[in-house]
Amino acid sequence: MTTTAVSTGVAVRLEGVSRRFGTVQALDGLDLELAPGELVALLGPSGCGKTTALRILAGLEDADSGRILVGGKDVADVPVNRRDMGMVFQAYSLFPHLTAAENVEFGLRLRRQSAAARRRRAQEMLELVGIGTHASRFPQQLSGGQQQRVALARALAIQPQVLLLDEPLSALDAKVRLQLRDEIRRIQLEVGTTTLFVTHDQEEALALADRVGVMRAGRLEQIGLPEDIYRNPATPFVAEFVGLSNRFAGQLSASGVEVFNTLLPTLNAGSVEHGPVEVLVRPESIDLTADPLGDGRVVAVSFLGPLARVTVALPDETLVVAQVSSARLADLPPGTPVRVTLLPIPVVVSPSDQT
Amino acid sequence: MAGLVRRRARRQRVLRWVVVGVLSIVFLLPLFALLEFTTRGPGGKLSWDTWRLLVDWRQLSETYPVLWTGMKASFWLVLLSVALTLVLLVPTVVWVRLRLPGLRRLVEFLCLLPLTIPAIVLVVGLAPVYAWVVYFVGGSSVTLFLAYTILALPFAYRAIDTGLSAIDVRTLAEAARSLGAGWLTVMWRVVLPNIRSAVLSAAFLTVALVLGEFTIASLLSRDNLQVAINQLGKSSATISFAVSLAALVLAFVLLYLLSFVGRRRRRERSVS
Repeated sequence: MTTTAVSTGVAVRLEGVSRRFGTVQALDGLDLELAPGELVALLGPSGCGKTTALRILAGLEDADSGRILVGGKDVADVPVNRRDMGMVFQAYSLFPHLTAAENVEFGLRLRRQSAAARRRRAQEMLELVGIGTHASRFPQQLSGGQQQRVALARALAIQPQVLLLDEPLSALDAKVRLQLRDEIRRIQLEVGTTTLFVTHDQEEALALADRVGVMRAGRLEQIGLPEDIYRNPATPFVAEFVGLSNRFAGQLSASGVEVFNTLLPTLNAGSVEHGPVEVLVRPESIDLTADPLGDGRVVAVSFLGPLARVTVALPDETLVVAQVSSARLADLPPGTPVRVTLLPIPVVVSPSDQT
Repeated sequence: MAGLVRRRARRQRVLRWVVVGVLSIVFLLPLFALLEFTTRGPGGKLSWDTWRLLVDWRQLSETYPVLWTGMKASFWLVLLSVALTLVLLVPTVVWVRLRLPGLRRLVEFLCLLPLTIPAIVLVVGLAPVYAWVVYFVGGSSVTLFLAYTILALPFAYRAIDTGLSAIDVRTLAEAARSLGAGWLTVMWRVVLPNIRSAVLSAAFLTVALVLGEFTIASLLSRDNLQVAINQLGKSSATISFAVSLAALVLAFVLLYLLSFVGRRRRRERSVS
């Protein structure tokens, strides 16, 4: 994005990291690798262990087993305050008794920098996150989005080896969230710090990250480029969690999977036995045509701006969610008989006994 | 309709003043009586002699050595009790919140326990303990600060706990630690500045409690301000009443300051 991008990041490696809280196995042999300067998003439902992974990397939790390597060094015995990681938390974490600038200076003061150097650096960081004019305000005089910007400036001011973002946007409202999301990416590219971003919001993860890791029950279910995660989900869980999917009954054979009399290619046929299966189909892989002889009937329409989601009921009461361009909504008011066509896009299948 | 509302509002206002008036008489009349009694000179004339003596410390210590000893003891008791209470309580409560949240109920229960035990029962338990205290450090009245710290725990705990509830200690501590702060720095630079008013409340409450304590000191045969007042009351009523009034007023001033601290805190908050 900018030409001044200097890669200052270090490589991070988690090897077989496990952590148990009482009876809950929060992490179950997690392997994760971050290339220098890379932004990896860990995505998953609550309780999947993504926050635990981040906190273990930060040093706020200890791993029961496994290794954590930062820049090739094992940091297991390094306490939080010596790990040199910048953190931004979900909850507002600015020190209420200090101004924005003093908050940013906090880490520099602990590093015994001179007052002048501190002040210069704090101003520089506040300008980087776009609130240079608010330096002398107290946290309670700032909006939620501004507070998170200051928190980001504070985390980056110490020039951390790794930047850890623990759902930094989830307390913000939608518009601010979108804006700050793009800003975080811009800043991360500019400073080039290796970054781990934890979120439960798939849109956030896909938009922001170099690579997205989808977690489930303490393990990585799949890690890859955002478009890979979306287009070629490795498992039914990933297909369902990332993006919206329809579940239909189908018949799996060597040549593909048959759904609604259409033969579709599959992404994961090797891992599922042939026979009756469940098929996960994305709404954008379904086309609707208004047809008086069609056996579907439009039951609901939700307008999403340029796109719209149309829910169609089939005679056997299966509901089909399709995504169409809003321009076509005029032809598809609720009650319209429609023909449902599946586009020949590879789909994920799962054994039909699995719910 | 409007007239009815206005009439009701006026009636309520009148009632309010009646209540305040009656209560003021009940509270202030004895205080005024104290003042009047201590300023009653020979022949029923107004005289400030007693108060002048109270301010002139050197003469006071010569005329009423008991009172002087009690005042000195109470002064040290206040200082030591406040110091010990804060040093014991603040780190403990913060630590429990940060690292041992499961123990919170237990610590709260322990801290509130002294409130439920009558002073006389405490004395029964404290007497043998103090036998050891005397054995090790001597029988000075100032050693009472150990017992007073226990008495102050419920009030100080409540104040500090409320202060901590107002901030997200855990996240603040984690943020500070990730920025490179050790535990001492977290405590001193992050937690304490944000619970300043709560710590002040705890200190004020402890001061008020120690200044007013009589039962334990008397039953353990130690001298403090209240014991001295009680003793003097038998020989020289005027000076003992004057000191009582002064102690009461001091406590009022402290409590007033306390409410002032709380209010300023709120105003800071509402700046946004």
